Amino acid sequence: MRIIVKLYASLAEYLPPEAQSNSFPFEIDAAATPHTVLDLCRVPRARAHLLLINGTYVPPAERDTLALAEGDVLAAWPPVAGG
Amino acid sequence: MAWTGQILRVNLTAGTCVAEPLNREWAALYLGQRGLATKYLAAEIDPKIDALSPANKLIMATGPLTGTMASTGGRYSVITKSPLTGAIACSNSGGFIGNEIKMAGWDMIIFEGKSPKPVYLYLENEKAELHDASHLWGKSAWDTDHHLHNEYQDPLLRIACVGRSAEQGCLYAGVINDLHRAAGRSGVGTVMASKNLKAVAVRGTKGVGNVRDMKAFMQATNAAKAVLSGNPVTGEGLPKLGTQVLMNVINEVGAMPTRNMREVQFEGSNRISAEAMLVPRESDGKPNLVTNAACFGCTIACGRISTIDPKHYTIVNRPQYMGANGGLEYEAAWALGSDTGVDDLDALTFANFICNEDGFDPISFGSTVAAAMELYEIGAITLATTGGIEMKFGSAEALTKAAELVAKGEGFGRDLGLGSKRLCEKYGHPDLSMTVKGQEFPAYDPRGIQGMGLAYATSNRGACHLRGYTVSSEILGVPVKTDPLTTDGKPELVKAFQDATAAVDSSGLCVFTTFAWTLEDIAPQVDAACVGGWTPEKMLEMGERIWNLERKFNIDAGLTAADDTLPKRLLKDAAKTGPAKGKVNELHKMLPHYYEIRGWTADGVPTPDTLNRLSV
Repeated sequence: MRIIVKLYASLAEYLPPEAQSNSFPFEIDAAATPHTVLDLCRVPRARAHLLLINGTYVPPAERDTLALAEGDVLAAWPPVAGG
Repeated sequence: MAWTGQILRVNLTAGTCVAEPLNREWAALYLGQRGLATKYLAAEIDPKIDALSPANKLIMATGPLTGTMASTGGRYSVITKSPLTGAIACSNSGGFIGNEIKMAGWDMIIFEGKSPKPVYLYLENEKAELHDASHLWGKSAWDTDHHLHNEYQDPLLRIACVGRSAEQGCLYAGVINDLHRAAGRSGVGTVMASKNLKAVAVRGTKGVGNVRDMKAFMQATNAAKAVLSGNPVTGEGLPKLGTQVLMNVINEVGAMPTRNMREVQFEGSNRISAEAMLVPRESDGKPNLVTNAACFGCTIACGRISTIDPKHYTIVNRPQYMGANGGLEYEAAWALGSDTGVDDLDALTFANFICNEDGFDPISFGSTVAAAMELYEIGAITLATTGGIEMKFGSAEALTKAAELVAKGEGFGRDLGLGSKRLCEKYGHPDLSMTVKGQEFPAYDPRGIQGMGLAYATSNRGACHLRGYTVSSEILGVPVKTDPLTTDGKPELVKAFQDATAAVDSSGLCVFTTFAWTLEDIAPQVDAACVGGWTPEKMLEMGERIWNLERKFNIDAGLTAADDTLPKRLLKDAAKTGPAKGKVNELHKMLPHYYEIRGWTADGVPTPDTLNRLSV
């Protein structure tokens, strides 16, 4: 199935060349979890401090088990802040 | 004792500058800057006065760590009664003016009365003189800075001044210092201009040598700097991407106020974000961001220095805007961008330049333009009202034209200079104003971040993110992650952030350090510099004291619990997209408990027991 992956801030270094505006479509199998996606995208798990699925935060404890669905948007950042 | 022990009282009516000793008893209770200046203001003015009358006072205050080697120790604040809100105003700025005031030997400057003609204060160590500013009146902040530097031929002269917007009565004008930094919110610049005070030019060469225990101070500040440099936010994220890194975060979580807060996500956010500021342009192959920049003594360096695309319509044949200037911070980018529906990065950068050049708050300005765009859309204002500007959501031309009009106080710019609340009231739709206590919202929709609704509603200076930034916990996970969509635990969270922030704002340090530091890192620095035994617990108690003092000032000024609310749109109209879809802000679930844990009555008034406990 296909999801959308978005990598922001310093995680942009892991974007593939075809990515646009920090975003790219990504094919995964049905058993994929957020950690699976990070691994396939070569993003070190520890650097994905803020990980959202469709805008909702996924705690580290759920990143090995949460099931993804067709069309989901996975977005990740290293630790960031501002204001 | 990092206090200099001296304050300067400038009576603008009489034209006198008099030194007087710092009130040490108050310094022991309120430390400095925000807290201590609020104590002076509350003691010296009737909170009910007209903010723009000579009876109001304006205080420029440093903290005990301002001008020291502590990282970020360059902060100062401008404290007065706000003409925008009628409440206490306290606006904080970095740059280099705070440390210069301190190194000239002053903890704070109190301006009172009103000069019969435009003047500026020249301060060189103990020499304090009022000079004629007739030749500066009518000039922008940038031109004023340029003229004073030319006049004194001293590149190290530090200048804080007001631009034309303040002179023209824009109610959200700020005090610009060092060209690109600002005590930006709540109209503190409007008050300064109302006193015919154009600028403060400072040269200080004394240093800050009166630290209580220099060895302990060196150890504490060095240890704290190591914490900042080792933290991924303050050591890497903020220097590289600035606060603008939040643009895509807040949009993804569905808390991006869009088109006068009708929506919570902006389709153009990726085009105006930190990431977009790094993309090379087609015209010259250069990105918007030139470099980052640091204020005095700062080891974070989150500031943005930017250029505009040389082919962009805003700067054609206008060389004064072609160079590198202060670039977009997240709050400005949001207000000028998603709230107006404009996704043209160069137009936003230009509008931000104008806000700096003529000294007005880009948050309040952008939000007021957004309100005007909604008024235009529903027909409440027309081309006749706007002087021919098509105030359509998404129009970069309308935004940049509006900025230039507010800067000079011309045409429709005079209406826009009233701020969103008065503009919407004038044209018969007060509910379209996205304000609390008359001040415009910052960049977080409280339908998607519940705690921020309470933080906005109870902020002592009106809607503001810098009085209790629960975004840090609710979205960013600093220091711990909480659920942004629940109200559970939020009164306690808001109170903790409000009290801690008030303490930091009184020290001379920047609140951005708190992405890495806690009071456990800050208190040892303050304690090594100052007498008084400053523990984290004492700092937090002082923050609570300041919060209650500000609250008391506001109540004495006539504000009530009825002012602790949010616009109907945020309480009644549910978010349409994103994780908060279907949710409104549930302020009613948080506010009563907040009053209770504050030690206030059900009407939001601090009880005598609370005031006594805190020695307010």
